Amino acid sequence: MNLAGGLRRWIPYLLLAPGLVWLILFFVIPLFTLGEVSLKEGSFAKGFQQTFHWQNFSDTLSEYGEQFLRSFQYGGLATLLALMIGYPLAYAIAFRGGRFKNLLLFLAVLPFFTTYLIRTLAWQTLLADQGPVVGILRTFHILPPTGFLLSTPIAVISSIMYNFLPFMVLPIYVSLEKIDRRLVQAAQDLYATTSRTFLKVILPLSLPGVVAGTLLTFIPAVGDFVNAKLLGGPRDLMIGNVIQSLFLVRLDYPAAAALSFVLMAFILVGVMLYVRVLGTEDIQV
Amino acid sequence: MRPLRTTLNRRRFLKAAAATGALAAMPGGSWMYGQDNVLNFSNWPFYIDVDDETGVSPTLADFEAEFGIRVNYVEEIPDNDEFFAIIAPLLERGEDTGRDLIVLTDWMASRLIRRGWVEELNKANMPNWENMRADLKSVAFDPGRRFSLVWQSGFTALGYNKVLVKELTGKDQLTSVNDIFDPGLKGRVTMLTEMRDTLGLTMLALGLDPQNATLADAQAAVDHLKGFVDSGHIRAFTDNSYADDLAVGNVVAAYAWSGDVIQLQLDNPDLEFLFPQEGFMQWSDNMMIPLRAQHKANAETFMNFYYRPAIQAQVEAYVNYIPPVDHELVKAEIAAIDDSLVGNPLIFPNAADLAKANVFRPLDDAEEEEFNALFQDLIGV
Repeated sequence: MNLAGGLRRWIPYLLLAPGLVWLILFFVIPLFTLGEVSLKEGSFAKGFQQTFHWQNFSDTLSEYGEQFLRSFQYGGLATLLALMIGYPLAYAIAFRGGRFKNLLLFLAVLPFFTTYLIRTLAWQTLLADQGPVVGILRTFHILPPTGFLLSTPIAVISSIMYNFLPFMVLPIYVSLEKIDRRLVQAAQDLYATTSRTFLKVILPLSLPGVVAGTLLTFIPAVGDFVNAKLLGGPRDLMIGNVIQSLFLVRLDYPAAAALSFVLMAFILVGVMLYVRVLGTEDIQV
Repeated sequence: MRPLRTTLNRRRFLKAAAATGALAAMPGGSWMYGQDNVLNFSNWPFYIDVDDETGVSPTLADFEAEFGIRVNYVEEIPDNDEFFAIIAPLLERGEDTGRDLIVLTDWMASRLIRRGWVEELNKANMPNWENMRADLKSVAFDPGRRFSLVWQSGFTALGYNKVLVKELTGKDQLTSVNDIFDPGLKGRVTMLTEMRDTLGLTMLALGLDPQNATLADAQAAVDHLKGFVDSGHIRAFTDNSYADDLAVGNVVAAYAWSGDVIQLQLDNPDLEFLFPQEGFMQWSDNMMIPLRAQHKANAETFMNFYYRPAIQAQVEAYVNYIPPVDHELVKAEIAAIDDSLVGNPLIFPNAADLAKANVFRPLDDAEEEEFNALFQDLIGV
């Protein structure tokens, strides 16, 4: 009895332990190393010395402000587009899916069965100058005869949106799915119009899904470097590409580490403000 | 170097499949060979002969059969910088990288040799090194080739689609590096993320000498290109992905690598490789044994084997780059495989061609940082 009681007290900690150990080993410790590197000064050739050079942060931010801003713009636009496409999709599946609900959901997630890289490379083919999309746009004079999509912001943003769309659809679907249908009926019984029902009942109840979906889309979208690298030109590169270049080509580890931290800080603050404003009960920071 | 990324076209799809298969299809398992009869060889993709039917590299299979050494052939070097980032921390700590033989471009080979991160070659194990081309036997970063032997060499110049160029600019053919800046080609041009290739060719276009490149020259080249980046004339700076864009017509003219263009001509006969009047860039990729490699002697046996003219001829007939072995020796062997290859100026350039070939001046670490900073800013990162 005593033993069982003692064990019971420890069970929550035991359950926490694997995740905690994992996080400490692969997140907290590297984070500290990264923080340490970000304050160093020197060069790859001569070696880096720890001088608590806080200027690294302001220096990298001012030097790469352009790519920084661009990342948030591209990430934000991609998230907005994903929401505009993802919400109606999740709504249709949850409320009109009927017996095809699971199938439709499966189809929405299906692209995820292919690797990220292959999906992005496929967009290269789709958006090629001689490809179907550009061909159609040229025919309808939306693009000039020599116009193209590859190496433009359009290609990068739409591909980011596509790549992260399931992250938007799934949480919204889940929150729509669990809405008590009697609430919708009650609204209708009380002579609420369809749009009023949606705005006053369904939308507020699905907000936790929207918040989760936008965060799950926005955070990786801002840090993404694959789409910009494969579909963008030199004027479309994002902060992820800069960090990669600093680490791998310029071998300026302190600047790369500092920039990673600045990015993390901006995203963290942005997310906190966002959640504070939309203030849902399910997600709190 | 210069891997061809897989595309949906048949030839290269087959090559990709073959390359993947090559790893699985190597004869025998490790049990057949002792622990010491192994060679871990890291190379660039599509940089060795592969039998399209079986997926096995004939020359690798011959080597294994003759010496009883199993080769773990891994195509894991897509880019000099990325591979350096993988092995540098291990070498820095004085650990074995797990690789016995690696292939890196001149400037990166120079960096490793400067840092003392490669084993000195025991030439007694590799008498065939004498077959090396006279012009390669001693280079600035490795006098007397104490640490490195060339795997392949190639040129960087202009690749272009002659039909589309005619359509967009009215020119029947291109002659100069400067032709790539023709306003008609706006948005249909790519250049390379390899700093020495892109800045080197641009210096030639400006009448500067990449063999004696100064920081001011680099700045001049960057300033020249900056305008074309801002106007959208230069669509992108790429690794090998330009090859696909060139083949399908997204890109009309590009700074390109010679072997790529020869291989692409099989897919798209409209493509031309231009030796510009101003000259062009030349590079080599070098085999080296990383410090503390477990199978150094095997690596030397391997290099010796690949410096046989007959083996070179087999590799060359497939990869279409410039062999590091004396060209007369290789020509004699390659004639038996395909007569037409003997006269190919991209595989066997003559003295007049080579007179216009430029090798970028070797940079020390500090200079490299300065040049890289200029160039990385230009390409948007």
